[in-house]
Amino acid sequence: MIRTEEMLLNVGPQHPSTHGVFRLVLKIDGEIIVEAKPVIGYLHRGTEKLAENLQYTQIIPYTDRMDYVSAMTNNYVIVHAVETMMGLQVPERAEYLRILAMELNRVASHLLWWGTFILDFGATSPLLYAFRDREMILNLLNELSGARLTFNYMRVGGVKWDAPEGWLEKVAEFVPYLRGQLKGYHQLVSGNEIFLNRTKGIGTYTKEDAINYSLSGPNLRSTGVKWDLRKDEPYSIYDRFDFDVVTREEGDALARYYVRMGEIEESLKIIEQAVEQFPKDGEIMAKVPKIIKAPKGEAFVRIEGSRGEIGCYISSDGKKEPYRLKFRRPSFYNLQILPKLLEGESISNLIAILGAVDIVLGEVDG
Amino acid sequence: MVQDLLESSAGLLNFSIFFALAVVLLLVILGFVTMAILAERKVLGFMQGRYGPAYVGGKWGLLQSVADVVKLLVKEDLIPKAADKPLFIIAPVIAFAPSFMVMATIPLTDKLQFADLNVGFLYYIAISGLTIVGMLMAGWASNNKYSLLGGMRAAAQMISYEIPLVMSVLGIVLLAGSLNLNEIVAVQGESGWFILWQPIAFIVFFIAATAELNRVPFDLAEAENELVAGFHTEYSGFRWAMFMLAEYVYMFAMSALITVLFLGGWLPLPFLGFIPGAVWFALKFSLVVYILIWFRATFPRIRADQLMEFAWKVLLPVALANIFLTALIKEFFLK
Repeated sequence: MIRTEEMLLNVGPQHPSTHGVFRLVLKIDGEIIVEAKPVIGYLHRGTEKLAENLQYTQIIPYTDRMDYVSAMTNNYVIVHAVETMMGLQVPERAEYLRILAMELNRVASHLLWWGTFILDFGATSPLLYAFRDREMILNLLNELSGARLTFNYMRVGGVKWDAPEGWLEKVAEFVPYLRGQLKGYHQLVSGNEIFLNRTKGIGTYTKEDAINYSLSGPNLRSTGVKWDLRKDEPYSIYDRFDFDVVTREEGDALARYYVRMGEIEESLKIIEQAVEQFPKDGEIMAKVPKIIKAPKGEAFVRIEGSRGEIGCYISSDGKKEPYRLKFRRPSFYNLQILPKLLEGESISNLIAILGAVDIVLGEVDG
Repeated sequence: MVQDLLESSAGLLNFSIFFALAVVLLLVILGFVTMAILAERKVLGFMQGRYGPAYVGGKWGLLQSVADVVKLLVKEDLIPKAADKPLFIIAPVIAFAPSFMVMATIPLTDKLQFADLNVGFLYYIAISGLTIVGMLMAGWASNNKYSLLGGMRAAAQMISYEIPLVMSVLGIVLLAGSLNLNEIVAVQGESGWFILWQPIAFIVFFIAATAELNRVPFDLAEAENELVAGFHTEYSGFRWAMFMLAEYVYMFAMSALITVLFLGGWLPLPFLGFIPGAVWFALKFSLVVYILIWFRATFPRIRADQLMEFAWKVLLPVALANIFLTALIKEFFLK
């Protein structure tokens, strides 16, 4: 007598492919997932609560540790929020430095995703290629800020350090180099039959689903919604650059792959233009008081991070610490659709679907 | 040489010669395994823009694998509490022993072959099939869900791929008129290497062999990104080393088999006959190993259901068509 029964499988928190301390409780029938329940919170550090007892400048290092592969955008969102409340005008040179730092960081983040996504399918070489190129970006950012991951670079009113001598030339040299590398990446991976089989039509969701689940970033744009805050609600000086918003119609893992690869190239375009337009001289800090106090009231700003919309809400009662601070962390929202996508899929597809969502657990758990 | 020994009367001298030869072969294989692991890491490093092992043993990390093996051997022997103890202990042995047994029939040169069986190829397939039992046992006995899934996958995969593997060789058997590996090489001396006569069979065989070896892109059984380490998740120390050893010895055996079946074994290229057969064999064999490593650096992993589909819907029909075609050619053109 053959008897089959469902099995409970714990994927994570220590598992090679959950990209951090993420846990999935799966009910499986053979290799088919009947039910998936994500469990998060293993990396919760209470950033928002901690921020209530910190001065605004002291909060910035904490944002580095949220999305630690794309810390520059997190840096930006908090200073942007405070600047909005204070009505500060940021010097032009500082704006350009911020844009360069953020876009370089976006490229680094997407490269890391590219490498690990392909690694999830068992191919080891792309990871090392991606890390090699990402390392160059990290070196550039290291020269700029003195750190490789947790930059703590931006300040309310500007940036902490000016670009060192010869830095801009190095950035300008890097852009064509990476373009050449990207061609090789496409040759190695994008046309690979096995890779296409593993990603095409996997984890598909519709435009409506994406909007209902509040997805953002490449996860949203892969369904054909042309929505990019850099274009639709330009902040900083993004309105000065000429770039496209990459979208795909299919809404599957492969579409997300192509959107991210396309975004690397668009970011390179922005970097190229920013280097060209970079002002010869000027201040890197606006005139700000020694102790920053946001005026009484509240503000919400949102920007386009590497993984989606990062929002920052500040409620202030006029003191040097915020009364309440909240981050809209895109990975957390993007993860919500996972149980719906996983139902009825096999364990192999689980890896492809989770990988394509691109989560960073520091951001999910906050 | 070995054949003469086998047929000669039993005596202490003959026994010791035979024993010494067996020890030499064992050492050659173990030497290959240590060097193959090093070579794999070096070649992968070269392809991925890094060095690979560089310090242990003076230059090029020559003793890296030796150091690794020593480390594995002195590691604490760990058996999970919930494991099925006897099965857990015997599984690596069952997976590992056949890998050495198959070496007996492979003719390294026309003289050096331990058992000149008339059904050499069949013997290889039959014995290597036993390894699956070991893997399935390991997956079951570990009492770990990932191991179980890995073991199931391994069994399903290896059984599926054995069929196209055998079918693709039938074309060669038709042409050579023998299952004896020694004779298959000898026939290639007259007709030319079988890779020229049986290109389709070669491709099918190579793919099926890669799957049989559990190597990228068919390394589903131990897909670390999905199943942590597949059937040997709970194994560590020398038991784990046994699984790894079996894997690399099979790599040796399968590469040797490909060399024998398709690349003319020890036969030299024209005009280069002055180089001894053993060198030719080593060269061709290294090329096959290199291609296997190259695969690993290039391909992502295929999905379990696609793997099955590929075996039954693509490889098997192609292999069958190849047999039919070969039969026709042999009947009408080679009479």
